[in-house]
Amino acid sequence: MKIRSAKTGNAGPGIRSDCEIVLETGNQEGISIDLISKVKTLYGGSITGLCKEILGFYGVGNAHLKIDDSGALPFVIAARMEAAIKQITDADLDYLPEFLPENSYNTTPGRFRFARLYIPGNNPALMINAGLHSADGLILDLEDSVAPSRKDEARILVRNALRQINFGGAERMVRINQGERGLKDLECLIPHNINLILIPKCEDPENVRNIDKKISEIKMRYGLTNPVFLMPIIETALGVENSYEIARSAVNIVAIAIGLEDYTSDIGVSRTVEGRESLYARTRLVNAAKAAGIQPIDSVFSDVTDMGALKNSVHESRSLGFEGMGCIHPRQIAVVRQAYFPTQDELERSVKIVEAYKEALKNGLGVVALGSKMIDPPVVARAQKCVDLAISLGLLPADRAGGEGSR
Amino acid sequence: MEVKTVINAAGREVPLEINGQPAIPFKGVGKHRPEGRKHGTLIPTCIDFPSDGNKVVGSLAEALRRCGLKSGMTISTHHHLRDGDLVSNTVFDIAADMGLKDLVWFPSASFPCHEPLIKYLEDGTINRIEGSMNGPLGRFVSEGRMKGTAVLRSHGGRVQAIQDGEVKIDIAVLAAPSADLFGNARGTGGHSACGVLGYAKADYMYADKVIIVTDNLVEFPCYPMEIEGNYVDYVVVTDKIGIPERIVSGTTQITKSPDRLLIADLTARFLEKSGILKDGAAIQAGAGGTSLAIAVFLHDILRGKGWKSKFGFGGSTKYMVKMLEEGQMGYILDAQVFDLEAVRSVEDNTNHVPYSVYNAYNYHSKGNLTSMMDIMILGATEVDLNFNGNVVTHSDGYLLHGIGGWQNCLHARNVILPIPLFRDRIPVIVDEVTTLCGPGELIDVIITERGIAINPLRKDLIENVKGSGLPVRTIQELKDEAEKICGKPQKARFDEEIVAVVKWVDGTVIDIVRKIKD
Repeated sequence: MKIRSAKTGNAGPGIRSDCEIVLETGNQEGISIDLISKVKTLYGGSITGLCKEILGFYGVGNAHLKIDDSGALPFVIAARMEAAIKQITDADLDYLPEFLPENSYNTTPGRFRFARLYIPGNNPALMINAGLHSADGLILDLEDSVAPSRKDEARILVRNALRQINFGGAERMVRINQGERGLKDLECLIPHNINLILIPKCEDPENVRNIDKKISEIKMRYGLTNPVFLMPIIETALGVENSYEIARSAVNIVAIAIGLEDYTSDIGVSRTVEGRESLYARTRLVNAAKAAGIQPIDSVFSDVTDMGALKNSVHESRSLGFEGMGCIHPRQIAVVRQAYFPTQDELERSVKIVEAYKEALKNGLGVVALGSKMIDPPVVARAQKCVDLAISLGLLPADRAGGEGSR
Repeated sequence: MEVKTVINAAGREVPLEINGQPAIPFKGVGKHRPEGRKHGTLIPTCIDFPSDGNKVVGSLAEALRRCGLKSGMTISTHHHLRDGDLVSNTVFDIAADMGLKDLVWFPSASFPCHEPLIKYLEDGTINRIEGSMNGPLGRFVSEGRMKGTAVLRSHGGRVQAIQDGEVKIDIAVLAAPSADLFGNARGTGGHSACGVLGYAKADYMYADKVIIVTDNLVEFPCYPMEIEGNYVDYVVVTDKIGIPERIVSGTTQITKSPDRLLIADLTARFLEKSGILKDGAAIQAGAGGTSLAIAVFLHDILRGKGWKSKFGFGGSTKYMVKMLEEGQMGYILDAQVFDLEAVRSVEDNTNHVPYSVYNAYNYHSKGNLTSMMDIMILGATEVDLNFNGNVVTHSDGYLLHGIGGWQNCLHARNVILPIPLFRDRIPVIVDEVTTLCGPGELIDVIITERGIAINPLRKDLIENVKGSGLPVRTIQELKDEAEKICGKPQKARFDEEIVAVVKWVDGTVIDIVRKIKD
């Protein structure tokens, strides 16, 4: 019998909530398990029991298993085991943990996407509590944050996370890989109630159409009816030039995002805090999104310690027309959301304008005036938008100046 | 020898005798009334001491010999040099050289730097440690390898035991960052500055013999005198009493963990919305990363509302110092100092007041500072469905931490435990605590990243946060959620042998720790 071995997961100093699995087959009869675990007293039986069950599920009867565990939850152990077994057999069965009923919700195209949190797809410690931080969306990332050699095991971990992590009402997002590997990601993940797929390094409308088609195929095959929205990420000069066509390339596109780390590298400049080098790209993208009737979403802010600078950056982003930003640390979420909300001054002015407009309507007047100033219809429309936003965020009571104008 | 046991008022089986001395079982909170008089030391006379006041002797070994160090004695030390302490280990190196056996080490706390003492526990130089059982020491005791039974006391319980004569200190060896030849000493100055010496008072007052060890002999008088020279027998001058960077951290840091920050944020919001945080509130938080974040958030709220905390109780850090200096805290009362900013503050600011543990935490005294505190932020390794708390063992049964001031602080008006619902996979809320350190009737609120549980006894707090939007849940719901995520844990397995007892603040025995089953 040929000896085969597989290794998945992570162990060592600084690793938490994960495990490393070394699986060897072909050198012994029966199953033997060596378990090193900080939770051995409390969960030793549960860990070895789960591993045996999974070996049985895949029909592996003879194997030696070494587990180095740092407190991995069962869905993580299961993902690591499945990935190891799939490295040395050609099994294509999936060992699926229970799908949490609280995760079976859909989202809508127009929902807020102020703050979406990136979570590295092969790091379980950052997944477990991700749903607690009030992000508008959680992105399980299979692309840049996962090393090429770990893509397969990360895909299985992300699938289990989609089933087992409580997303807490956040939009359930996955950033897939580029090219063929991205299609494989979709094949594995679409059946597990994803709300939105982020398409990285998007340059070509054809690229989006392929992905949209693939998703439709998979949904058809599984009889799925939940909408799966798309958010292409523009990260190159060519992508920027094609942004309008990309934004209009599929009906399921609800937003288009810019990725400035890659974009600045593509045009051969450094990314600065002021962001002058990307002003054209950002305004171009905002314009394309607005023309296509979708949300323009800004790049991530990479200094996770400077909350003041983050706040300034969001204020600038909002002033350019962006409606959301990526977050790479949960601490950024509250700051980002708050900074995209209308300010108190804006709110007060908008309420006044909307009230003046209603008053004018009631009195049959053709012109709206606030004090001695005439108010143009687009200004009224913008004020109404601001008031509607504030009402839906709970910043204003629903009876306050909402109503006619907003319909 | 079979030791008789009984079930105490907390329902725990405890022995009636520990290390050959009678023990009183826990009777309930505030139920035990001590009798008799405090412990008295031998009456000294100045005719036995040099008239020029110079008590300096050549070495620690000489001082110990002159104090009559012999087998079976109890030696006390304080923990102000924390993980940089170079004095405690030296004492036992000397005792081992002298061929002594069965000593009792009675520290106010132990640290990883004390791991070398395990060899003296193994060879019989030390019979037992009566103090905190951290890391490797805890493991050693849990495996049943220490000859005597460990006695775990809170900081306040330790000074109570000294005062009441439950523990008779033969020799107190007290490291001092600055001292004069008469033995007056303080915690500031020199290169081993630790700020204050708030844990040394009961030791020098009640020990038969007192040795001051310093690496910074200053001109008489060493002032302010945290230790008074006329309690002191000998002064020893060495090159180095401690490793500075392990005594105080250069700078304490608030947690970066998003989950801990979430807990800290929830805690601050709870304190605000429940009305516990108010103008004049007395606050104690501690120096863990989550506590520091809470302190920062509370500072923001106080500043925003124009409120001022009447006083805060240390261990102090730069975050507390900031409150003091920016006017959001009236005084810092301080028994220990955690970072360099706090050392500077205690040196410069008369409103940063050294305050001994003997004063603050002694249950057998005429008042209790902790019952005057409004906000008490504490931790725990486990809390059970009855809000009972454990701080000394983990769920796997191993001793891992000291009690510190935890039990004493439970007497505050509002005891808040911000803790994660599970650590890695280990649930913190359990059916029944592995070791009972504090009765649930004293623990008011548990704040986790997944919700807040308020003790049903605190109907006022439950009422106050109604409609606040805070995620208030029952403790059973929190436990169920932890088990849904982590799975139901198996229980640790123990042998019969008792390896440690846990004392309550009044000297009664609240629980025991048994040997781990191999």
